[in-house]
Amino acid sequence: MFPDQILQFLLSGLTIGSIYALIALGFTIIYNTTGIINFAQGEFVMLGGMFMVGCTRLLHLPLPVGMLVTIMAVMLVGALIERLAIKPARNKSIVTLIIITIGVSIALKAAVAFFSKDSFTYPPFPGPEHVSIGNASLPGQSLWIMGTAGCIMAALWLFFHFTIRGKAMRACAINREAANIVGIDVEKMSLLSFGLSALIGAIAGIVVTPTTQMAWYRGTELGMKGFCAVILGGLGSSPGAVIGGLLLGLLETFGNYLFSGYRDAIAFSIFLLVIFIRPQGILRRK
Amino acid sequence: MTHKRRELIQYAIFAAFIIAVPLVFRGRQSYYVSMLALSGIYAIVALGLNLLMGFAGQISLGHAAFFSIGAYTTAILSTRLGWQPIAGLLPAVAVSGFAAFVIGLPTLKLKEHYLAMATLGVGLIAYSLIKADPGGITGGVTGIVNIPPLVIGGFTFDSDRSQFYLIWAVAFLIFALSFNIIDSRIGRALMAIHKSEVSASVLGVNVFSCKLQIFVLSGMYAGLGGFLYAHCSPMYYLNPDDVCHFSLSIKLLTMVVIGGMGSMWGTLLGAVGLSILPEVLRMLGSLFPGVNTTDIEMAIYGLVLAVIMIASPRQRLKKLLGLDKPRRVEPPKDVEV
Repeated sequence: MFPDQILQFLLSGLTIGSIYALIALGFTIIYNTTGIINFAQGEFVMLGGMFMVGCTRLLHLPLPVGMLVTIMAVMLVGALIERLAIKPARNKSIVTLIIITIGVSIALKAAVAFFSKDSFTYPPFPGPEHVSIGNASLPGQSLWIMGTAGCIMAALWLFFHFTIRGKAMRACAINREAANIVGIDVEKMSLLSFGLSALIGAIAGIVVTPTTQMAWYRGTELGMKGFCAVILGGLGSSPGAVIGGLLLGLLETFGNYLFSGYRDAIAFSIFLLVIFIRPQGILRRK
Repeated sequence: MTHKRRELIQYAIFAAFIIAVPLVFRGRQSYYVSMLALSGIYAIVALGLNLLMGFAGQISLGHAAFFSIGAYTTAILSTRLGWQPIAGLLPAVAVSGFAAFVIGLPTLKLKEHYLAMATLGVGLIAYSLIKADPGGITGGVTGIVNIPPLVIGGFTFDSDRSQFYLIWAVAFLIFALSFNIIDSRIGRALMAIHKSEVSASVLGVNVFSCKLQIFVLSGMYAGLGGFLYAHCSPMYYLNPDDVCHFSLSIKLLTMVVIGGMGSMWGTLLGAVGLSILPEVLRMLGSLFPGVNTTDIEMAIYGLVLAVIMIASPRQRLKKLLGLDKPRRVEPPKDVEV
């Protein structure tokens, strides 16, 4: 492997890794606030991409308006899921809640498939078509992806550390009962966490679609990758989710070069190895 | 004694149904026989999953992996190596069971979210490996074609009716076996685990070994189902999207959930019900031209899973009918730490 190639893989890996990191953050926010793993997380990404397709190609809305509409729509879906499917089953066993979110995820997929089973994409966002770094070349959209991911991470950090809502959500993550006792509306926080997760998922879907294709079935795979990232970094840790996502993107890209055709098998094997050997994640001590 | 008699009557009704179906659907309707034969295969696999989910309280989102291991084992033996189809039975069941053992060993130490995700991961790895076709033995996306039908004692099971009877005879035996397992020491141990792992282990139950045993058993059920599928599938043809896709694992899960986790009869009805669902939808769909019913089928799976789990209609119905005596173990509640 030549140094140029390594740089190229590094950049591609970080691009897809940023998407995984965003999905992983979505998982983490809901898990920390409610204790639930939302198996429909990948569907938020898929919905983001598909709504955006609808906004730009069907309704011909300008890019920023389309984004805004898409984000609002996906957040509404997230909020509805919380109110209709999660809240009524709040006290049930974890296995039950897992099955509920799987059911929701399948229903969302089916709803999209009902409208169209084709794959769609739309042109990249404004900017240079290709960027050269050394001898490596990167599609301009990759800069949008990494830049957006960076901005969201910074915004989340500010939100969780400097706003009262964000601090309340962190309190829920530490101890829901105690948070309830000091007057935090835990149910509202649960709703907020689904909304926030949907927001992040939608943005991930919006920025990733131009580099790939979006279709009704893509959510499951993206969600699984995001969860792999969560496990790599340690369930419940936000910095872990980001690092896990970037790491998974890199491992996958390099692994695919070494064993082409086994890209997914690589990601899930790494995930199983971590789950078996270090279930607390590679960053955490225990 | 009355309990035993009731059980015998239930078995008799079940057997009568099995015998009656191919006699009712004849001629042009024999299509239904082959569809119901397929539902028998799913019933076998779902019964195993029910033991795992309904009684041991564990979850598997990758059961299609074991099904496909059984199916591919026998298909490879009988097509590439020229074995007699029936000779593939033991290897198919053994390899699936062994795979379940190897996977269960580390996986069952995990709980809840981790277990769900690990089994899902196993399913996805199996799918991508079969699809990537290492060494050219699984045939990749094209799959394996021309799998020979079963021949037992000179009789070839190649008609819809003979396959139906064969599959449901096996399903009947598996059904009786499962009831016996639930009624044995390990069955009671499993229910104790479901209620509380701590109290079960205090009472002297080896929790891990019990879980592993039932996981291997359900893997073997799935392998048996896969074996039957390979030799009785409509076109004698295997492909990864039919036998190993995530959606099959979800279909099996839905069968168990619909019937009410922990209920054998429920699982049986769930398997048959979901297998005839596409046909029912197709009939209804002819009333609404232009609607693609396969999409609705998927939506129904999703909604059924979510709604049954949210509303638990079975418990409500039981309460309504005054049947909510403590015969069945309640699923463990989420423990707040």
